[in-house]
Amino acid sequence: MSTLRRARHPGARPGAVQAVPVRHPGRWVAIVVIGVLVAMVVNSVVTNPNWDWAFQLDNAFSPPVLRGVVTTLWLTAVAMLMGVVLGVILAVMRLSPNPVLTGAAWFYIWLFRGTPVYVQLIIWATIGALYKQISLGIPFGEAFVTFDTRTLIPNVVAALLGLGLNEAAYMAEIVRAGILSVDEGQSEAASALGMSRLLTLRRIVLPQAMRVVVPPTGNETISMLKTTSLVVAVPYYELLFNAQAIGTRTFRPFPMLIMASLWYLAMTSVLMVGQYYIERHYAKGSVRTLPLTPVQRLRKRFTGSEMR
Amino acid sequence: MNGNGATPMVRAEQVEKWFGRTQVLKGIDLEVAEGDVSCIIGPSGSGKSTFLRCINHLEVVDAGRLSVAGELIGYRQRGDKLHEMREKEVARQRQDIGMVFQRFNLFPHMTAIGNIMEAPVRVKGESRATARENAQGLLDQVGLGDRGDAYPSQLSGGQQQRVAIARALAMEPRLMLFDEPTSALDPELVGDVLDVMRQLAEAGMTMIVVTHEMGFAREVGDSLVFMDDGLVVEVGAPREVLTSPQHARTQAFLSKVL
Repeated sequence: MSTLRRARHPGARPGAVQAVPVRHPGRWVAIVVIGVLVAMVVNSVVTNPNWDWAFQLDNAFSPPVLRGVVTTLWLTAVAMLMGVVLGVILAVMRLSPNPVLTGAAWFYIWLFRGTPVYVQLIIWATIGALYKQISLGIPFGEAFVTFDTRTLIPNVVAALLGLGLNEAAYMAEIVRAGILSVDEGQSEAASALGMSRLLTLRRIVLPQAMRVVVPPTGNETISMLKTTSLVVAVPYYELLFNAQAIGTRTFRPFPMLIMASLWYLAMTSVLMVGQYYIERHYAKGSVRTLPLTPVQRLRKRFTGSEMR
Repeated sequence: MNGNGATPMVRAEQVEKWFGRTQVLKGIDLEVAEGDVSCIIGPSGSGKSTFLRCINHLEVVDAGRLSVAGELIGYRQRGDKLHEMREKEVARQRQDIGMVFQRFNLFPHMTAIGNIMEAPVRVKGESRATARENAQGLLDQVGLGDRGDAYPSQLSGGQQQRVAIARALAMEPRLMLFDEPTSALDPELVGDVLDVMRQLAEAGMTMIVVTHEMGFAREVGDSLVFMDDGLVVEVGAPREVLTSPQHARTQAFLSKVL
C-alpha cells in the first residue's frame, strides 16, 4: 500500500503561470512562402488584361445573366424540394417492414443513382420520342384521358424531372442515414406512449434525424446549384449557358466563364450562411447552450454584453 | 387490494420468448393484482427486462398468454385462433400501460413540458391548454414544477427520470412498468426518483418494477419476484423472500447483492 502525500507548499502560494511560450519558426516560413505565392497570383490577376475585369463587370448584371441567375436559383430550389420530399418517402419505404416497399425503394435508388444525371436529363427531354402519348386509364385496358407527351413535359418540366428525381435517390440515402442515427430508445418510448409508427416518425425520429441530415443536404444543395448548368442538355437555359452565349458572341469566352463562376461562388456563399442557421436550429436540445452566431459575437465585442 | 376472484391487472401464463436460438423466457407464470406493486429482481440476463417489455408488446411473445386487465396483449382470440392486432389496436392498449426506461429516453428536441404534453396532444387529441395544465401539475408532483422549459440535456439524470415518469403518467395509465429506473443514476440522485415512485405506489398505482434497489422492494413492494434463467424462481412478500429465501438460487443471488 502506498500512502498519498499532499504536495506541500512552503511559504506563499505559487503565483500565476507566466511561462515563455514555445516558438514556432515553421509558421514564419509558411507565412513568407504563402505570402509570396498569393502576391504573385494577385499581381497576375490584376495586371493580365486577358481577365478583362471591366468586360466582366459590364456583363455581370446584364439582363440575360440576371435571368440566368434567377433560373439557376429557382431550378435549384424546386429540384431540391422534389429531392427532399421524394427522398424522405424513399428512405421511409426502405426502412419499412414491408418487403415490397423496401425493394421498390432499393430499385429506384439503384437506377437513378447508377446512371449519369446528364443522360437522365436527355431522356426526360426526348421521352416524347419514346412515348408519343401518355394516357390515364385502366392498366392494359381503356384510356380515359390521353396527353401529348410534348405538351405534358415541356423543357422546363424535363429539366426539373431530371434534376429532382436524380436528387431524390441521393437524398433517400442521406435521410436513411439520419433515421438510423436516432437511438432506438426514442421510438420505443414513443411506442410505449401509444404513438403510431407514422406519428413517431414525424414527431420524434425525423426532427432528431435532421441534425445528421442537414449538413449533407447543404452539400447536395450546393452541388445542385452547379449541376443545374447541365440542363442545357434538355435544352433549358440558365446562368452558365447565358454567360457562355455572351462569351461566344463577343469572342471573349474566358472572362464570361470567370464571371459565371463568381456568381456561383456568391450564391453558394449565401447558401452556406443559410445552412449555418438551419444547423443551429436543429442543434436545439442536443447542446446545453448554443454557441453564439457570428453576428452575436460581433455585437458582444462592441457592446460588451450578450444580447439575444 | 383486490380480493381473490377479481381479474388481476397483469396475468402471464407460461410466457416464452426466443431471441434467435436463445430462449430468454422459459415459461413465466405471474399475476399482479390491481393496486399492487410487484418488484422483479434477479441476475442480469435472467429475462426480467424482456418480460417487462413483453407486457406492453415491445417484445412479441412466442408462446403462452399475457393479458392486462383481462385483455390479451397484441392478439385477439376468436374461437381457438389468435389474430394479430393491428398497429392501431396495439397503440391503444399501450396507452393504458406507462413505461419508464433505464436510459430515460426523453425526447431531446423537446422541453420537459413538451415531452409530457406530446402524447396527450397527439395521441389523445387533448387541447394544448389542457395538456399544458396537466403537464404542469405532473411536473409539480415530481418536484420539477420550475423546470418545465428546460431541455433534457439541461437536466440531471434524476430530474430526467422524474420527467420521464411524469410523461408516462400524462396518459393516465392503469399500469406502470419500470425497467431498472435508477440503474443509470448517480447514487445521490436515486432517492428523488424512488420518492416519486413511492408516492405513486401510495396513490394506488399498479406497478411492476424491475430493480436492484432491495430497500425500495422491501418498503414499497407488495410482492417480490425472483427471476433466474428465464423462469420465476420464487414469489412472495418482499420481507420473507429477502430474509428467508426458500430456493438455493435465490439464496445465492441475495448473498451476493445484500
